[in-house]
Amino acid sequence: MSAQTPNAERQTWMYTQMLRIREFEESVKRSFTEHPGVIRGHTHLADGAEASIVGALSHFRPGDAALATYRCHGYPLALGSDPKAMMAEIYGRADGLCKGLGGSMHLTDVRRGFLGTSGIVGAGIPHAAGAAWAAQIRKQGAVVLSFFGDGASKQGAFHETLNIASLWKLPVVFVMENNGYNVVTTTAQEDANAAAGEPLAVKAKAYAMPGVTVDGGDPLAVSQVVGAAIDKARGGGGPTLVESKVYRLSAHGNIIAPPGVPLHYPEHEAITVFGKREEYEAALRGDPVPRFRGTLVSSGVLSPAKADEIKAQVVAEMRAAVDFAVKSPFPRLESALDNVYA
Amino acid sequence: MANLPFIAAVDAGIHQEMRRDPNVLYFGQNMATTENHEFVRAYGHDRVRVTPISETAEIGIAIGAAMAGLRPVVELYMAEFMLVAMDQVVNEGPRFRYMSGGQVKVPLVLKAGFGFAAGWAGQHTGSLTALFMGVPGLRVVVPSTAADAKGLMATAIRDDNPVVYLHHYMLTLEHGEVPDGEHLVPFGKAEVRRAGGDVTIVATGWMVNRALAAAQTLAGEGIQAEVIDPRTVAPLDLETILRSVAKTGRLVLVDQAPRHATVAGIIAGDVAEQGFESLKAPIAQVVARDATVPYSEPLEAYVIPDEARIVAAVRKVLVARR
Repeated sequence: MSAQTPNAERQTWMYTQMLRIREFEESVKRSFTEHPGVIRGHTHLADGAEASIVGALSHFRPGDAALATYRCHGYPLALGSDPKAMMAEIYGRADGLCKGLGGSMHLTDVRRGFLGTSGIVGAGIPHAAGAAWAAQIRKQGAVVLSFFGDGASKQGAFHETLNIASLWKLPVVFVMENNGYNVVTTTAQEDANAAAGEPLAVKAKAYAMPGVTVDGGDPLAVSQVVGAAIDKARGGGGPTLVESKVYRLSAHGNIIAPPGVPLHYPEHEAITVFGKREEYEAALRGDPVPRFRGTLVSSGVLSPAKADEIKAQVVAEMRAAVDFAVKSPFPRLESALDNVYA
Repeated sequence: MANLPFIAAVDAGIHQEMRRDPNVLYFGQNMATTENHEFVRAYGHDRVRVTPISETAEIGIAIGAAMAGLRPVVELYMAEFMLVAMDQVVNEGPRFRYMSGGQVKVPLVLKAGFGFAAGWAGQHTGSLTALFMGVPGLRVVVPSTAADAKGLMATAIRDDNPVVYLHHYMLTLEHGEVPDGEHLVPFGKAEVRRAGGDVTIVATGWMVNRALAAAQTLAGEGIQAEVIDPRTVAPLDLETILRSVAKTGRLVLVDQAPRHATVAGIIAGDVAEQGFESLKAPIAQVVARDATVPYSEPLEAYVIPDEARIVAAVRKVLVARR
């Protein structure tokens, strides 16, 4: 039964993955100052959602699939993708995970079950259902995890797909990371359920599937809730909507600017748009990464020394990823034409 | 060979591929609602399903299923219904292979009728072919005969890319000889429907019939028109068109879409660039008048290109000199 509490080794794995995601994202952010101009376009960071990502993926088996959004750096790290290839992709280099054709918003690692990411809000939700149809036909007990944000639950793609997935009892778990903001619009400003004081998970009721809200800052809680949903899906019981409440610790993305203007990460919109510095500082105090470290140290799973050792290894790993990526050459020009058609 | 209506030939192409490959799915709205449905009987509900009226989810699900290794055929009925889900058609399906650096394939077929000039008025009569043909990663197929309807459908299903398969609704009941057994028509290979040395006419879908009728009329005046049907517009067999223009020196392009939304305009640009030396007269385009297709029968006929306009365009390019 996957919904039981993970053992000490598994909890250590979870903490390590959370740290790796955090340190990877910090490295991406630092790239804007350490290597100006290396990252182009728009990047979106997973800091704050590490516990949710790792908890949800803690039940992932070979043959399962995950699909996500443009905020996609966390999932492949937890699934075992090489951070060197990921960083090289974000830098647009030949050694990138997607050969420099996708960039930050489109990380894909099919060998590890990370099938694809759409940069269009909500558009990837039906893709997950399609992969779940394939799993249903193949009858091997595989499940598909569909990751998206609270904003996506206002898209037609979300509603159309939840209806069909429930109707067809597809083996898919919909994980909505509710970070409270669609870019600079608060959930209460755009969501009737939120405005009425209801959790967003109530949307599941319209599609005759369970809807569960969970503290996305607690990897063990997420692991338990998503684990139960996965068990149900694997057993033919159909989909579940999990609302995982997280707080995005960075701004939506780096600033949007034409070439020539150095890109950087501004402060969170709670401060820059709404002037709610206290809300943001409270979120920092609840940061899931130190919070889980505290849990593991007090429960005796990790000693402070061991936790520090893991941290040092992770910092070195991500430093190496940056060093590798920045030295990786640009792809040859003709490779721009290589993968237009299969 | 069997003499089949166009629409039965489309189904024959789907059957051919569903029989040989268990990964082929077929689904859409208002189909497969009983156990008696011929595709349900043959292949079962795992592979043949009815969907709600949810084009975004239908096409999105096809994309996900394709990325996971299946080969879905989505029954969309009318090309306009793809407009409801244009993001999935244009900005999802054709992007994934590329953005993943070639890690995934997205083999799927979006089957839709178009151009229904039979009183369907403004929202169900469009000729949207050119809307899809410029999308890198997308293939666009426009059969005009029953044999091609079968063979191009089979090739579309076997192709490893997303394919928009546009069958012209005015051809639905047109009969034609269709090869029995396995039949595949290659993409990117135009067919010369009628040979001639005086003028080249290029047309797709229902307009091929009108171009052939015009060629017949012109033959009575001693004018030999060569009629070319590209059959697929992405990929486009420009070579066959250029070879014909090199012979005739004159080009008339027929297209059911309004002037600035045509495949014709794209072919005209390519020929002007790559075949200019061959041209003895300006290229003529016989296209729909710039209006939403009207309901009233004489108005509908006025807007859409007909045989008389094609004949007139040919006469004009024959006397014109550049």
